[in-house]
Amino acid sequence: MLTGLTLTQARAGLTTRKFSARELAQAHLDAIARLNTALNAYITVLPEADVLASADAADARYAAGTAGIMDGLPIGVKDLFCTKGVRTTAASKMLADFVPPYESTVTANLLGAGAVFLGKTNLDEFAMGSANMSSAFGPTTNPWKRKGDEATALVPGGSSGGSSAAVAAGMALAATGTDTGGSIRQPAAYCGIVGLKPTYGRCSRWGTIAFASSLDQAGPMTRSVADAGLMLEAMAGFDAKDSTSSNRAVPQFHKAVGKSVKGLRVGIPAEYRAPGLSADVVAMWEQGIAWLKAAGCEVVDVSLPHTRYGLTTYYIIAPAECSSNLARYDGIRFGLRKDAPSLDGVYEATRAAGFGQEVRNRILMGTYVLSAGYYDAYYLKAQKVRTLIRRDFEQAFENVDVLLTPTAPSAAFAQGENMDDPVQMYLNDIFTVPASMAGVPALSVPVGLNEVGLPLGLQVIGKHFDEETVLSVGGALEAAAGFTHTPSIHAGAGA
Amino acid sequence: MSYTIEGRTGTWEIVVGLEVHAQVISHSKLFSGASTTFGGDPNTQVSLVDAAFPGMLPVLNHECVAQAVRTGVGLNAQINLFSRFDRKNYFYADLPQGYQISQFEHPIVGKGVISIELQNGDVREIGITRLHLEQDAGKLLHDQDPTKSFVDLNRSGVALMEIVSEPDIREPEEAGAYLRKLRQILRYLGTCDGNMEEGSMRADVNVSVRKAGEPFRTRCEIKNVNSIRFVMQAIEVEAARQVEIWENGGEVDQETRLFDPGRGATRTMRAKEDAHDYRYFPDPDLLPLVLEQAWVDDLAAHLPELPDARRARFQAEYGIAFYDAGVLVAEQAVAEYYEAVARGRDGKLAATWVMGDLFAALNRTGNSIETSPVSAAALGKMLDLIADKTINGKIAKEVFEDMVETGESPDAIVEKKGLRQVTDTGAIDAAIAAVLEKHPDKLAEYRSGKDKLFGFFVGQVMKETKGKANPAMVNDALKAHLDV
Repeated sequence: MLTGLTLTQARAGLTTRKFSARELAQAHLDAIARLNTALNAYITVLPEADVLASADAADARYAAGTAGIMDGLPIGVKDLFCTKGVRTTAASKMLADFVPPYESTVTANLLGAGAVFLGKTNLDEFAMGSANMSSAFGPTTNPWKRKGDEATALVPGGSSGGSSAAVAAGMALAATGTDTGGSIRQPAAYCGIVGLKPTYGRCSRWGTIAFASSLDQAGPMTRSVADAGLMLEAMAGFDAKDSTSSNRAVPQFHKAVGKSVKGLRVGIPAEYRAPGLSADVVAMWEQGIAWLKAAGCEVVDVSLPHTRYGLTTYYIIAPAECSSNLARYDGIRFGLRKDAPSLDGVYEATRAAGFGQEVRNRILMGTYVLSAGYYDAYYLKAQKVRTLIRRDFEQAFENVDVLLTPTAPSAAFAQGENMDDPVQMYLNDIFTVPASMAGVPALSVPVGLNEVGLPLGLQVIGKHFDEETVLSVGGALEAAAGFTHTPSIHAGAGA
Repeated sequence: MSYTIEGRTGTWEIVVGLEVHAQVISHSKLFSGASTTFGGDPNTQVSLVDAAFPGMLPVLNHECVAQAVRTGVGLNAQINLFSRFDRKNYFYADLPQGYQISQFEHPIVGKGVISIELQNGDVREIGITRLHLEQDAGKLLHDQDPTKSFVDLNRSGVALMEIVSEPDIREPEEAGAYLRKLRQILRYLGTCDGNMEEGSMRADVNVSVRKAGEPFRTRCEIKNVNSIRFVMQAIEVEAARQVEIWENGGEVDQETRLFDPGRGATRTMRAKEDAHDYRYFPDPDLLPLVLEQAWVDDLAAHLPELPDARRARFQAEYGIAFYDAGVLVAEQAVAEYYEAVARGRDGKLAATWVMGDLFAALNRTGNSIETSPVSAAALGKMLDLIADKTINGKIAKEVFEDMVETGESPDAIVEKKGLRQVTDTGAIDAAIAAVLEKHPDKLAEYRSGKDKLFGFFVGQVMKETKGKANPAMVNDALKAHLDV
């Protein structure tokens, strides 16, 4: 089944010419044609001729012996990365017809490594959401179903829900995601795949539509931990066009997977044993601890005392930055425009028509916390707390190599659930937000199913720029868990 | 305090502070690689960053940072090794990002001071509060279409230095002197061309009035005044308006106003209740700007000589008066011209020629120092001819006028016209003999005691030699002939 391979397996098959990049691409185009109506994982599928032409070029490079590390591998691209000549919407009406004349650094890096793009995957509007329910192009449906309740459509998580659903359902071998407060890790956990948020600064943000600049970070969403390492190698690297990108060398991340974790110290943060954590998640966490102990890790209790302020702080800083970042969508130069007799009228009409409810909520929150008289009480205080959260991690990492936590408080929930209470929805990010606030790398690995057959993920958090140890520990969990389950809706199912 | 307003209720003084926006001289914009050349066709110097396309990020142009540091040093100001860029958020069609990147809390340059000179010769010090870097906005064009406005983003993102003065200014004349001095320093440094007509230097004027000894009263800000004369006028009329309000028992509202030069009055641009809340916060796309002291020191060490220092040096080195030195350093090009003439020569004589005959010739021919028909080298050569007695001062005037006219070198003119000074004693003696022969009566009068006639004989001998005789030699020889 070509659509069920890992990147590593597919690359081996292409190298040995067991199959061609064209065949691999065609299998995925067919899967998308079959499944996208049900799942709505892609907002834009590239024209078949273009995809096959890219694949043919990859085949030629394999024949010439010049193939790059992602050569011929068909992947999905979150529709937040600007792609030259290909409509880039951010799942918003505001950019429904926006075709960038430039290629983001991350996608340019992937193209440079030979990747074949299949299309642009769905997401929450401007990456704001945890359920992929806020997309102006309709929600993405999780390919997984609750056992005995096949009729209920579940969310794939968010905001990179289109990417996670596509990878889980065999509509792409892998996909790019972006993570601001958990947008790679939480949907990866909900869809039973691997998701890696690298250290802030590891991947360039240039050409990726901004949500919250101090938090946004691109990363891979894949079927294996080694794949995540491989794909990150292609995505990462210093970019002079992004002042916050790091000039550290990019290691061969995939080689970290399979390395012994014996003697590594794994911290279990007490504060993550939050009330409301579902029993199946707690059980899976205990299982993960046991697996790592068995692999020779030393498990120690640690404290991250400011964890409980993480979510509140995040929901001040991220909206504050978003309120400013989204000011450029004003109807003047590109994107949607609604005419009106006055300039203010153009702004009001354009932004009212272009932005959905969740985006508006966040712009309003962000505007409020930055306003005169409120700035000190909200934004400034939140920045101070952010420093404390970062310090929590630094102190913990003086004693341990990685932290192990659940990725999300529960398995995927149903579309429509948590919709009337935004705070309930925001609680989905409770375990992912602190690592984003600290800028440290974090990986979600699928480790098992709950009693209704839905995947659960565990999160490995590491030190700044130590993705390698994170991947090693993630690889150990992956090996112990042996997660091979496939979702109900899948390219291989019933074929 | 020389400038006051006499009101019905007493005497008022004015309090003025200036915020000057000076466009930084740099090849590219503050955060993008687009060109900063003035006068390009609309929207031809716009990068994706300047137009704020999705996913675009600013990258700081270090040349602009160096220019701000140079300016800070030139303003005798504190250079802050740590500074930060903030976003100033507001919506307007000329502001693509929906925010201006500026420096709010931590400017690159802190407190400084410049000294200004008033017409009566008084020297005052005006404090500089701060200097920060920020982006310029684009330009709206309202005259292209009856119903639409157009946007030109060529200027969008160009680096500006906002230079804020302390409220130390007490008269319109001081404001003018401050702006002229600031412009002079910026031009010397090469950090801003100071061209107010092209908008590369603009002033926001903060004006309030008070009675002697009072704390500050409410101020109004007059935005974007684009000439020194208008700044001085705006201060006068705005101060008078405020006095009128206070004296009628009213309250001056803190607001933003515009100066209308046609009506000679200010009017409300934005009332206090419409004031923007800019929601400043640190720009997360940019790292804090951290400078190394060694780099700052290196920039300071390679700064061009500034007007005050050059004026003092001219006085000391060339022995010229304080006032003359001030005139000669007012413009960098004049100072350089003067120095090229004066170096190794008689500095006072050089100053006399530059400020006298040269300035007059430039005026008359409609030239500036840069387009002067007489080069500094040529004028210097002419002074050499005076010094080595090839020509005398009187002939020099004639030679200079010829140089202005023809652009020829002074020696060529001297040769061509045969103006070489006569230093041959034989020729002078012969001329004297001829003169004495022509005027036996005068000779007799002289010899009978009419000493004053000596000057008459000098004049006649000079005439006889067509002005070319060396006057000192004529004097000596005449004495010898007359006093036998």
